Amino acid sequence: MRAPRTTPRRYLPWIGIILTAFVAVPALFAPLIAPYDPFALAGPPLASPSRSHLMGTDSLGRDLFSAVVHGARTSLLVSICVAAPAALIGATVGLTAGFAGGWVDNVLMRITEFIQIIPRFFLAIVVLAIFGDGYRNLVIVLAISSWPVIGRAVRSQTLAVRDLAYVESARMVGARVPRIIVREILPSMWSILTVMTGLLLADVILIEASLSFLGLGDPNHASWGRLASDAQQYLRHAWWLAVFPGAAIVTAVVGVNLVVNDWRPEHSDVGS
Amino acid sequence: MTRGYIFARLWQTLPMLLGVVVIGFLLVHIAPGDPILALAGENGDEAYYAAMRERYGLDQPLANQLGTYLWRLAQGDLGTSAIQKQPVSDVILDRLPNTLLLAGTALVISTLGGVLAGLWAASRVGGWRDRTVAIGTLLMYALPVFWLGQIAILWFGLRWGWFPVQGRTDARSRATGLAHVLDVAHHLALPALVLASQQIAVIARLTRATLVDALRSPHIDAARARGVSESRILVRHALPAALLPVVTVVGNRVGHLVSGAVVIEIVFGWPGIGRLLVSATNDRDIPVLLGLFLLIGFAVLIANLLTDITYKWLDPRIRIG
Repeated sequence: MRAPRTTPRRYLPWIGIILTAFVAVPALFAPLIAPYDPFALAGPPLASPSRSHLMGTDSLGRDLFSAVVHGARTSLLVSICVAAPAALIGATVGLTAGFAGGWVDNVLMRITEFIQIIPRFFLAIVVLAIFGDGYRNLVIVLAISSWPVIGRAVRSQTLAVRDLAYVESARMVGARVPRIIVREILPSMWSILTVMTGLLLADVILIEASLSFLGLGDPNHASWGRLASDAQQYLRHAWWLAVFPGAAIVTAVVGVNLVVNDWRPEHSDVGS
Repeated sequence: MTRGYIFARLWQTLPMLLGVVVIGFLLVHIAPGDPILALAGENGDEAYYAAMRERYGLDQPLANQLGTYLWRLAQGDLGTSAIQKQPVSDVILDRLPNTLLLAGTALVISTLGGVLAGLWAASRVGGWRDRTVAIGTLLMYALPVFWLGQIAILWFGLRWGWFPVQGRTDARSRATGLAHVLDVAHHLALPALVLASQQIAVIARLTRATLVDALRSPHIDAARARGVSESRILVRHALPAALLPVVTVVGNRVGHLVSGAVVIEIVFGWPGIGRLLVSATNDRDIPVLLGLFLLIGFAVLIANLLTDITYKWLDPRIRIG
């Protein structure tokens, strides 16, 4: 039996970076790259992909390529707006719980476990149905319900380094708690925090797409999920409507996963 | 197995069940506008609203309302659908068996398929099988289920005509007995496989990782020294230990499975709670949505409870934390 591979495959992160760029660049420069307004009638209805419409047109004659490019912008913006506050809350809760220990840890972890167990997808559906389905509400509900994975990872990392000699010695020379947290413990968090936030980013892209697919997206913005949902009734006649928006989602999610996978410890059940 | 453990876990689960109910209740009551509109729909007349107000006790303080709500819930009363004017529990129970059939089939397929794929990958760590499974599972994990479903419809349904693409039975068929079962199975195959795919990816990765770990332990070296064949080592000596974490992940992913099922039902026109959810969303039928939220929240909590108990039963070393 051959020895298990110990060095990571170096080319995978590069594929990840290229795939991510495929989505991130159009997202940044959507108006420059998209040849048409994604909501404007730009050609004949249900035209198959051609030189003037790279990904074909939909039932109203809107350019699919332009909609996919603008969808990238929506998708990335929503996932970043969710992942950033979730990482912040998760890091704060995890650091506090891990460092304080005792009843503070106990209370915070019970809350974390509770929020983690609530079905996020269905919570989002109920919230959007009651409060309205704009992206603001979507971002709020997903950020509030997504931080526990990060919080738990940060807590266990804190527990792992809290009593190490270098932290101990900082405490011994009289460093105060905030200084110990910021200067001694936080630096050891970056890799786990980056990985978790990256995976959350990919997760949110999928969740947003599924919610839009169910009709809960913001109708004022192009969205991959809604494009896929529009495609549903034309499956027999216009394969391109289903194929391209989904391919864009896969590109984004695989890309982000490959980029962060490189740092992921073999055994973590992150993202599962 | 200690009875104490089960009681302790039950005791931990109860407040969480209550928490899910309170969240649902608060969402309706802190929403902008009159909660009666959310509970009874926007097209009732004044008399209906007045009756509903009294029924839900909306003129009472919030704490009393919560009490009333819990009391009704304990009796299995989830309220009345604002659109269909039927008890929410009836509306949901009508659709639930179809979703359970779909999700249950996918659960079986994914557990078997995932463990097999994990075994296959671990049989030669770092080899081409391992890499195939690694890339395959990454793709399966990244594919949105609705897209995989649409692609499956395009190829297996429309292009090659192997499977029907919509519904639970053939609308023209009046078959009964075995023919009916086969008809349903034929309709079920594609959506169940698609729904299983993401789950297969997660289980395969976990099985592989734990197998690789188990293969490093001393009793494996001992078996190898005795001349036990590699395949027997993998299946008889490493796999039992590796299956424990798989139990956990199967149980803990019930929420993912149900949300996947909901989306798949829309793609394949499968008449389960997914279509109910979408129509309730479009009609803003809050009682139905809330009922589904509670049902799924409870299901996830109970699945976690059962998982922990099963785990404890399989591995008596676990102590409650």
